[in-house]
Amino acid sequence: MKSKLNLDPKVIDSARSCAGRIAESMQEFIEKHTTVSTERTIIRLLGVDGIDDVETPLPNVVVDQIKDAGVLSRGVAYWMGNTMIQTGLAPQEIAEKMSAGELDITKLKLATKEEAEAKIMPAVMDALKKINAQTKKREDYIARIGEGKKPYLYVIVATGNIYEDVIQAQAAGRQGADIIAVIRTTAQSLLDYVPYGPTTEGFGGTYATQENFKIMRKALDEVGEEVGRYIRLCNYSSGMCMAEIAAMGAIERLDVMLNDALYGILFRDINMQRTLVDQFFSRVIIGYCGIIFNSGEDNYLTTDDAYEAAHTVLASQFINEQFAVLANIKEEQMGLGHAFEMDPDMENGFLYELSQAVMAKEIFPKASLKYMPPTKFMTGNIFKGHVQDALFNMISVWSGQSLQLLGMLTEAIHTPHMQDRYLSIENAQYVFNNARDIGSEVEFKAGGIIQERAKFVLGEADELLHTIEEEGLFRTIEQGKFGGVKRARDGGKGLEGVCVLDENYFNPFIPLMMGGVR
Amino acid sequence: MTAINNATTKIDLTKVKPYGDTMNDGMVELAFTLPVPYGEEASEAAKQLVKKMGLDEPAVVYSKDMGGGFTFFTMYGKCQHTVDYTTIKVTKVEIETMDRVECQKYIEDNIKREVVVVGACSGTDAHTVGIDAIMNMKGFHGHFGLERYKGMNAINMGSQIPNEVLIAKAIEVKADAILVSQIVTQKDVHIANLTNLVELMEAEGIRDKMILICGGPRISHELAQELGFDAGFGSHSYAEDVASFVLTEIVKRAHYKHPTLGL
Repeated sequence: MKSKLNLDPKVIDSARSCAGRIAESMQEFIEKHTTVSTERTIIRLLGVDGIDDVETPLPNVVVDQIKDAGVLSRGVAYWMGNTMIQTGLAPQEIAEKMSAGELDITKLKLATKEEAEAKIMPAVMDALKKINAQTKKREDYIARIGEGKKPYLYVIVATGNIYEDVIQAQAAGRQGADIIAVIRTTAQSLLDYVPYGPTTEGFGGTYATQENFKIMRKALDEVGEEVGRYIRLCNYSSGMCMAEIAAMGAIERLDVMLNDALYGILFRDINMQRTLVDQFFSRVIIGYCGIIFNSGEDNYLTTDDAYEAAHTVLASQFINEQFAVLANIKEEQMGLGHAFEMDPDMENGFLYELSQAVMAKEIFPKASLKYMPPTKFMTGNIFKGHVQDALFNMISVWSGQSLQLLGMLTEAIHTPHMQDRYLSIENAQYVFNNARDIGSEVEFKAGGIIQERAKFVLGEADELLHTIEEEGLFRTIEQGKFGGVKRARDGGKGLEGVCVLDENYFNPFIPLMMGGVR
Repeated sequence: MTAINNATTKIDLTKVKPYGDTMNDGMVELAFTLPVPYGEEASEAAKQLVKKMGLDEPAVVYSKDMGGGFTFFTMYGKCQHTVDYTTIKVTKVEIETMDRVECQKYIEDNIKREVVVVGACSGTDAHTVGIDAIMNMKGFHGHFGLERYKGMNAINMGSQIPNEVLIAKAIEVKADAILVSQIVTQKDVHIANLTNLVELMEAEGIRDKMILICGGPRISHELAQELGFDAGFGSHSYAEDVASFVLTEIVKRAHYKHPTLGL
């Protein structure tokens, strides 16, 4: 494809290879560590589920006991495999006995690493079979009933009650939504466990639980059949339980998941070591089961200036792309994020936004780019807000975005009401249809505002990436280069859950998933 | 054209009602959804409801099937009620806002020491857009934040800060003022959290030693005072509005004479 922005491919290559080296250097760190939530993910994948009498999830019970015994560095896969050998019990039975205080799995006779790995392998293959069946089901649905045109219309539900969410989500599906995201209750990202069962109480959103995933999946499949269009389900593989929620998403057939360590570090103050390790396993799972991940660069523009900080978004997209490459994620599954957040009073702001959106598409042509709507300068003037959203929709169809999170005219007032969602879907459908092929029809003036803006942002991103390579990613975050937010390497939440691996550690899922074993 | 100036168009401030294009036409536009299936019965239900809201001649100008037994309406009606504007009283933050340079000079001239302000998005709220707009260097919409104010030490603790942690920090740095931002108001979670902060400060015995301010799109000065805060700032407030209030309060309360606030 010829660049309409006349971007210099040498600068793109320079930035991309630099981001590749940054991700590689982080990967060295990641591969020497595990975390309590990464280990709980293994336990979940092995089929352990349920809670104890004080509502502690069994995966937490198992991992905490191993951690408290000081032997987490060997990995729960070893301890589970060994216990299966020594007791003849299945993983769920082991977890229940541990919870009842009837079994200390760190005090048994010890088999070798190879024996434990062999013993656990059937349970591992069962998990993969379950996940593959869901991936296949998605493919079948899309082949049989079809899907919406890109940009996919992406809306949120956030009532706090999963059953109320279902009503809203089904209505949105009937109105034309292609993706439904169930917003999580505020602060779930900071819980070091995943709540259990169906939930009806939440603030600003609904708990991400496996049961809630299942309920919503079923509801969307029903509407999908009814309207003849597969409706994708989105949730958050982020926060302290990033990888566990990715596993739940794989098992319950989620299609899109927010997943971005940098976001957690900057905006939720989660410890950077913790979340980068968790991100790796979660992305391996996401890549394996065909989920599209969304990164959170759009958020930088809510805390930093959207015009001045545009290059930080691009730099972070490059890094997120390279982290994804290391987790073996296909380009089509990379929902790199950006946003339409410039001050509406800015002269030619539309041209700059257009330039940056086209730039993202030219630099990441196969990625499923996620484009986020105006929020920072939505004022409560719902009428103007609706126009801002229309301009945003215009850029989306023009630049060929994939996932269009629809702007709501009532942004900054309340979580969307049913009619808000309808109005924004109608707005997007109108603009997309009315300007469908504008991108392939219109070219940009050589050396004009649009071309020059993209060239400038790309140049700055390349420069920033080289600074990051020199300083290291940890240090860059400490200096507040992303989103204007500073975080310390040893600060934030969850550091106590990070653990250095010993030489006998193994996570059986990573090699199998990365190898694409079906 | 002379008719435009006839006496009936004159406003009576004791009987104010909405204005569409003619004085006292009472025109109101509404948009809402009813949980009933689309159709003539739905429109009739909407009209009856709007009539009960006190609007004459309710008219459905648009209705749309939302699916699943829900119908959306855009409607107009003529308001029958009036209010007496002449008796209205609103509690507002009654100060003259100084700009940043004036604030800095005010500190230099009247307080003569560093002013310490601690801010946070407290409780479970993770939306820092408000506190960032007031505190961060860059501010919002061309209005620089408190971090840029000379003579002021502005500490933005960020999101999801428990009230206990916020108070501990304020005591540690001997803060003159605490700023709390609350964006999420679903199920009135902000009311419980703000009330809790006041109670904790009272229990610590520092409530009257610090200026306590809350802000957010759903926060009014009146609500803030009801909850036991000194001031509340809603949308369209900037750093200089908050700074002006804090600085004049410090002087008014003579806190500047007690740099340690007795802590």
